[in-house]
Amino acid sequence: MGIRASLLITCLVDTLYPDVGRATVTVLERAGVTVDVPMEQTCCGQMHQNAGHPDDATRLMRRTIRAFADADVVVSPSPSCAAQVVEHYPHLAERSGDPGLLREARALAARTRDLSTYLVDDLGVVVTGAPAFPHAVTYHPTCHGLRLLGIGDRPQRLLRHVPGLDLRDLPDATTCCGFGGTFAVTNADVSTAMLDDKLRAVQGTGAAVLAAADSSCLMHLGGGLSRRRSAVRPLHYAEILAGVADRDPRVPAREAAVR
Amino acid sequence: MTARWPTVPQDFPRAAAATLKDEGLRVNLTHATTAIRGKRAGVVAEVDDWEDLRDEGAAARDRALRELDARLVQLEASVTAAGGVVHWAPDKAAAQRIVVDLVRATGSDEVIKVKSLLTDELELNPALEEAGVHAQETDLAELIVQLAGDRQSHILVPAIHKNRREIRDVFRERLPGAEDVSDDPAALAEAARRYLRETFLRVPVAISGANAAVAETGTVAVVESEGNGRMCLTLPRTLISVMGIEKVLGTWEDLGTILRLLPRSSTGERMNPYTSLWTGVTPGDGPEEFHLVLVDAGRTNALADPVGRDALRCIRCSACLNVCPVYERTGGGAYESIYPGPIGAILTPQLQGLDTAPTLPWASSLCGACYEVCPVKIDIPKILVHLRGRVTAETDASGKGHGAGAERLAMRSVARVMDSRRAYQAAQRAGRLGLALLERGNGRKGRFPGLKGWTQSRDLPAPEPSFRSWWREREATDGVGDAGEAPR
Repeated sequence: MGIRASLLITCLVDTLYPDVGRATVTVLERAGVTVDVPMEQTCCGQMHQNAGHPDDATRLMRRTIRAFADADVVVSPSPSCAAQVVEHYPHLAERSGDPGLLREARALAARTRDLSTYLVDDLGVVVTGAPAFPHAVTYHPTCHGLRLLGIGDRPQRLLRHVPGLDLRDLPDATTCCGFGGTFAVTNADVSTAMLDDKLRAVQGTGAAVLAAADSSCLMHLGGGLSRRRSAVRPLHYAEILAGVADRDPRVPAREAAVR
Repeated sequence: MTARWPTVPQDFPRAAAATLKDEGLRVNLTHATTAIRGKRAGVVAEVDDWEDLRDEGAAARDRALRELDARLVQLEASVTAAGGVVHWAPDKAAAQRIVVDLVRATGSDEVIKVKSLLTDELELNPALEEAGVHAQETDLAELIVQLAGDRQSHILVPAIHKNRREIRDVFRERLPGAEDVSDDPAALAEAARRYLRETFLRVPVAISGANAAVAETGTVAVVESEGNGRMCLTLPRTLISVMGIEKVLGTWEDLGTILRLLPRSSTGERMNPYTSLWTGVTPGDGPEEFHLVLVDAGRTNALADPVGRDALRCIRCSACLNVCPVYERTGGGAYESIYPGPIGAILTPQLQGLDTAPTLPWASSLCGACYEVCPVKIDIPKILVHLRGRVTAETDASGKGHGAGAERLAMRSVARVMDSRRAYQAAQRAGRLGLALLERGNGRKGRFPGLKGWTQSRDLPAPEPSFRSWWREREATDGVGDAGEAPR
């Protein structure tokens, strides 16, 4: 049967970034993993928790725990949603006062990883067999992966092994891009000021591609790039590992829906 | 002269929208916070056991908070035995009354002050002015803010929002003897020094805050950089120190831990230039009268919240402000609070009441940079999220307040949809339809007010079939389809 992993695909990737989901499957299968996608999963509840609705978040946590009850290992392309399971589920469960739920939350937390940690630590893979990507790439380390999960430079290590890829340092890389979930809307002006500074740094690197690990932050960054008519293309690093060479990274991937 | 804080409740997004437009402020803040971030990182990296020290610091503060009732009684006994007088102030009004009465009893109509956030929180200066007593700030930055009739914008560097040319203009206009001062920092400092020396020698009463007090000995500590605090603490006949009850520490050893953490976190120095420690009164040396005013003003309420109480560990170093990407862009003014930045966003609502600062817990992208540098390991993002939960619970209970109405309804219905696979999949299809319609309405985004916050600076992604629809097709083709599949 080999190695099995269940994909915590996240509602955002499932709904808005299917390419990232397909890329994650490609990368895992290439590493010899049999991928399973539990169809009962929807949303991990992070948005509700961070917006101050812990009861709603708990409801979605119960659902997620049920959906992944049979999973050996849970892998997510999103460090932020993985962090919700790993870091916040135990707190939420504790708050509910349900000892059974707490036990299940802790068990799920213990077997949940973000993609880069799963590849590098669990599988010992840094050379993912990615096709050549002869382009300049800069990487923005998203906050929850960096500070909640502590994934360090694992995604960058994976990218460095992609043939032809020129990884360029991003100044003030660890400064938040300003997404912050509902923060992007409730504090739109501050969020935009943070976005402006981040995109200025990105454009200063001369990279053709801005890579990151969270599609949510990339939606914000990519939305900003598109609005500025920038040629820099936002990509999840899994899309690079999976091979997106069929597309020219010097032009935006697709036309934006709303300007 | 002293600026008062605007009336509550605070509205961070509105206030931030205004300060974000101030280009000069942005330049001053980025310059100052970048410099101090670098200094801090450098001196913290020198300490091999910094993480252990942080753990010790958190433990020292937690011990004191856990035993607060006993430690405060012990502190009172120690201070009294050393010749000091302890006063208890349950709230702002009581603290104002106690201090005003103490100053009146001395017969002086002037007091000199050591930089103190608590006395700002208590609006002590305006209360003294109303009682006919002029309170003269002696910390250089506080003096600048006071002369300018401005508000402080940083815990440690109250005038961080001003550059030296702005300071020169304030001095020329309002500092006696500084009519021709240049914008050279040394010249500005000299002008302030001349004025303050004369004041130190004249005024017989001083008011200070306190960084800590040691329960076992009754010793009070003030740390500073300029020495103006030392002047206030030693020259006048009467010294009145005002301290939040949460600042007490159990032992000298705990004080040692805090004094090692504070300067590196705060000014980015290995050691601060002046650490003043005094125990009651000593005949023939320093003040003849010492009063310690212990202030609650919301601290006990904060202590009652098992998650929020960790905010009371704070030692006011301001490291969290200097690394906060929100603070760096908005400045302290946008928080409309004595305590700005990440720590202000969790402290102010707890001390003043959530209803007075309902937007502050949302004034963060939850990036976690603050927690990473906090010397006493306050998990600020966790407390922010917890306080958001408390605000929405109050809104739910009363049906009004922050986040009521359409926002609450939307969040609840999203949760309901997400808790049903069938509804979720239907919403995915409807969402794609919605996005497609938006696409056709290109350039008319004003018609979609719910999206305005997003579309003011960002485009939306284009609609595509969901990942799960692709996965299902693939599984079906492979002949290993997901059993129990609901039809789309």
